[in-house]
Amino acid sequence: MKKKVISMLLVATTAATMFAGCGKEAGTTGANGTESAGAAVDAGDEGKIINIYCWNDEFRTRVEAVYDKVESTSDDGTITYLTDGCEIHWIVNPNQDGVYQDKLDQALLNQADAAADDKVDIFLSETDYVFKYTDKDADVAMPLADLGIDVDKDLADQYDFTKTTASDSDGVQRGSTWQACPGVLAYRRDIAIDAFGTDDPVEIEAKFKDWATAKESAEELKAAGYYTFASYADTFRLYGNSISQSWVEAGSTTVTVDQQIMNWINDSKEWKDAGYFDPTVKGQWNDDWNKAMGSESKVFAFLFPAWGIDFTMKPNWDGENGAWAVTNPPLEYNWGGSYVHAATGTDNIAHAKDIILQLTANEDNLKKISETTSDFTNDKSAMAELAQRDTFESDMLGTQNPFAYFAPVAEGIKIAPLSAYDQGCVELIQNSFSDYFQGEVDFDKAKANFETAIMERYPDITEVVWPE
Amino acid sequence: MVMKKKRKNISYAKWGYIFILPFFVSFFIFSCIPLVDTIKYSFFEYYRSGIKEVGPNFIGLTNYIELIKSDMVLYGANTLILWIIGFVPQIVIALVLAAWFTDARLKIKGLQFFKVVIYLPNLIMASAFALLFFTMFSTGGPINSILLSLGVIDKAIDFTGSVFGVRSLIGFMNFLMWFGNTTIMLMAAVMGISVEVFEASDIDGCNRIQRFFYVTLPQIRPILAYTLITSIIGGLQMFDVPQILTNGKGSPDRTSMTLIMFLNNHLKSKNYGMGGALSVYLFIISGILCAIVYKMTNDDDPDGSKAAAKARKKEQRKNRRAK
Amino acid sequence: MKSKTKNRLMSIFVHLVLILLAFMCLFFFYVLVVNCTHSHADLQKGFSFLPGKDFLTNLDSVANDGTFPMFRGILNSLVVSGSCAAICTYFSALTAYGLYAYDFKIKKVAFTFIMAILVMPTQVTAMGFLRLITKMGLYDSLLPLILPSIASPAVFYFMYSYLESSLPLSLVEAARIDGSGEFFTFNRIVLPIMKPAIAVQAIFTFVGSWNNYFVPALVIQSKNKMTVPILIAALRGADYMTFDMGKIYMMIAVAIVPIIIVYLLLSKYIIAGVTLGGVKG
Repeated sequence: MKKKVISMLLVATTAATMFAGCGKEAGTTGANGTESAGAAVDAGDEGKIINIYCWNDEFRTRVEAVYDKVESTSDDGTITYLTDGCEIHWIVNPNQDGVYQDKLDQALLNQADAAADDKVDIFLSETDYVFKYTDKDADVAMPLADLGIDVDKDLADQYDFTKTTASDSDGVQRGSTWQACPGVLAYRRDIAIDAFGTDDPVEIEAKFKDWATAKESAEELKAAGYYTFASYADTFRLYGNSISQSWVEAGSTTVTVDQQIMNWINDSKEWKDAGYFDPTVKGQWNDDWNKAMGSESKVFAFLFPAWGIDFTMKPNWDGENGAWAVTNPPLEYNWGGSYVHAATGTDNIAHAKDIILQLTANEDNLKKISETTSDFTNDKSAMAELAQRDTFESDMLGTQNPFAYFAPVAEGIKIAPLSAYDQGCVELIQNSFSDYFQGEVDFDKAKANFETAIMERYPDITEVVWPE
Repeated sequence: MVMKKKRKNISYAKWGYIFILPFFVSFFIFSCIPLVDTIKYSFFEYYRSGIKEVGPNFIGLTNYIELIKSDMVLYGANTLILWIIGFVPQIVIALVLAAWFTDARLKIKGLQFFKVVIYLPNLIMASAFALLFFTMFSTGGPINSILLSLGVIDKAIDFTGSVFGVRSLIGFMNFLMWFGNTTIMLMAAVMGISVEVFEASDIDGCNRIQRFFYVTLPQIRPILAYTLITSIIGGLQMFDVPQILTNGKGSPDRTSMTLIMFLNNHLKSKNYGMGGALSVYLFIISGILCAIVYKMTNDDDPDGSKAAAKARKKEQRKNRRAK
Repeated sequence: MKSKTKNRLMSIFVHLVLILLAFMCLFFFYVLVVNCTHSHADLQKGFSFLPGKDFLTNLDSVANDGTFPMFRGILNSLVVSGSCAAICTYFSALTAYGLYAYDFKIKKVAFTFIMAILVMPTQVTAMGFLRLITKMGLYDSLLPLILPSIASPAVFYFMYSYLESSLPLSLVEAARIDGSGEFFTFNRIVLPIMKPAIAVQAIFTFVGSWNNYFVPALVIQSKNKMTVPILIAALRGADYMTFDMGKIYMMIAVAIVPIIIVYLLLSKYIIAGVTLGGVKG
């Protein structure tokens, strides 16, 4: 039996090497409008299959929209055919509960032994766990310089915080993103008029200029029969982004809970008990949360970056176009950001370089993404230009130009100190205190539950320190 | 002649070994080796941190002690509670239905239909069933929507938000999935009781309830024991339903976290040491549980078959005498 | 007379209870079937008792989602469950026959041993199992889901009880005198006699394997090898999937409807099989 398996494997690998190597055509890039794009792809000695690990189809749609070598994508969305004869294979696993990372880790651990066409070539990571993959000792994401990308020149127009985020402890950049995710407050115009008598973004901004004022406005909304936000999880990023120390310091096995997180817990409990949140919604990314974005819902606002408006709210909104507006949130924040990495050991270095440059550093491409999807892309000059426009057309926001709000926030973003444990910490603290907000457990029990859960998720964590 | 027979026996014995060989080889490879491996690593510190592996370092009984200090006992209690919530109604309803189905005087119409329908949920994969329940009982789901429109409630009930709600849902699902199976099994056992016994009890003036307690129940004791054992084993392994319903969190407050979900958490974080120790505990618990049940039901009669055979023989004797 | 009215009242009561239970069993399927014919937008408005018009749309979006290859999953599940049912029943029958028809030294020990492992939860060995199959190069393949079913103590026990009740050893003797080889005797004489038991256990093994979640979730890594339950579980965890509840309901329906159809076609045998288990147990 075993012999048979091995011989089958041998056959498979030989076949793979035989078929490797794409058409010679490849050559020059089509739409290289700027100096940064268009490294000629010499695919002659590269593998035919480019495996990209990601957690949804967002990156795929971006690639389809702007990558000039895309020919077509299969109906089921698993394979994108390129004009040079290569294929991008999309390996999609859900992000929640660590499934995506689990599968990716497994693949990266097998990277050295995997057949050329089974190797991870490109993978994506989120701000919450980008640190785990840019770690210089783990060395699973290639330094961009090794791909032939000049970080200072080719990526000059990217927002600095995105470059810092994707760099290891020595400052070597190991990933790049097409989006910066400055957050705004997105609210329903009809509810604003009903509760405040105005839907003007400037006046709404004044009503949510800090947490104290926001609380008074929440009371007004409540009096008019509305909820300010859907759930306590919605406000988390505003606090979570301004923590002063990382969850786990480098080399330490102690989780340190920041005072800002405690503020979130206390404020959320207060808001929850006061009835400012929709009581049917628990956390995010579930059906009830989605329903809260519908026209029947009584929820006034969501705290979202650009992708949230287009990618999350739009599919759930069943009312008229242009019913929503954006304004500045009580606290500047940044949420998400998908980083593109070339995996160490890839056999598609030229393609990886090409894709990273075209998707994250080509001004024309990025502008195109922003114009079609309202996503806030990682290009300072393009965003500055968009922010100047008087009007902007989008389904959700009508003619309001959201970039006027995004751009200034993006300039000022200071990324919170990161650690490789962030996703687990963020997810589990929300889970554990969810019970506390619901009144199922008391404060100390919720703390204890967080400690148990975090140590289960990360066996090397030995201690959790709470602020006084 | 004698010689020949003996030789024949010996040569046939070989076939006995050959025939049972695949079973034991397969068991050895896929169960024994893994079991030994699991036990071995339970004495090691061995896990994965991010993309780096730590260990294996021998640490003796540390994992076992850590587990005792953790909430493992609590999860054991959760498992027990969840099992009881499902099992009690299951066995009660199944007994009642079995008695009804076998009672000719009730003239039940569509008996076959009911049998088919109540067995149906048993075939549905637990994960799909749990997902279905999750969507149906969410605050904005169909159940709340129906109750609201009927005016039964005026505010959506948060089924998955309270300990009571989640536990009831899990118990209810387990009940729905298993009561049909149990009913049909018990029914078969009741039908195995000879008609004369029932007739005799009728002549003695037993009413329905007396007959149930004094005739039916004692007669189907072996099969009841069998149901209990299989259900306990199943209960100890409870995983799919609470896992999918609560997305692995055992929420709220980990009150619906079962032992296997706990094990799954360790397996997911690739914590081989801790997972191994927990597996060994589980192995011991299941062994003890079954030993208790065996003892409770019948000494040296683990499956109840002997008791059943004895009962059958007794009946036959009785019947013969009656004739 | 009085007892007759009493019986009638009792009968009405019994029927009411039965209808209630049947309602409970069927209601969820009804909701599922109705909901999978509605679009996401319809579903967000609340539950409706009438079917909608989006059945084909939903089916289409399930069929064309490469992230959750449901039909591929069904195919995988069919392969795994079918193979499991076949080899599990065959080898269990073989083992049962070996222990039943032959006298040899360790016969008693072997029997007791199998009865003892009957109660061992599979999850206990899961961790070692995972490491073992990784070493064997079987990680992320369907074989480790199939091969271990050769050793199924519960099926063995069922087969053994069945043999005890329906195979007279004199028949085996007679076959021997006719010059039949041992394997021939088993395949041509014993197996046909065991047909009812095999059919029943094949169905149960099939269903059990079709619904198995724990082991496949550990073993299977790549999308095109996933079985239905893993896909269902992945659905539960997939945030962006909640954007289309119609699709989710349709996926659940696709996952369980094949089993329901098979069940309705074979319900007579299945119920008879459970009954058989009841008598034997």
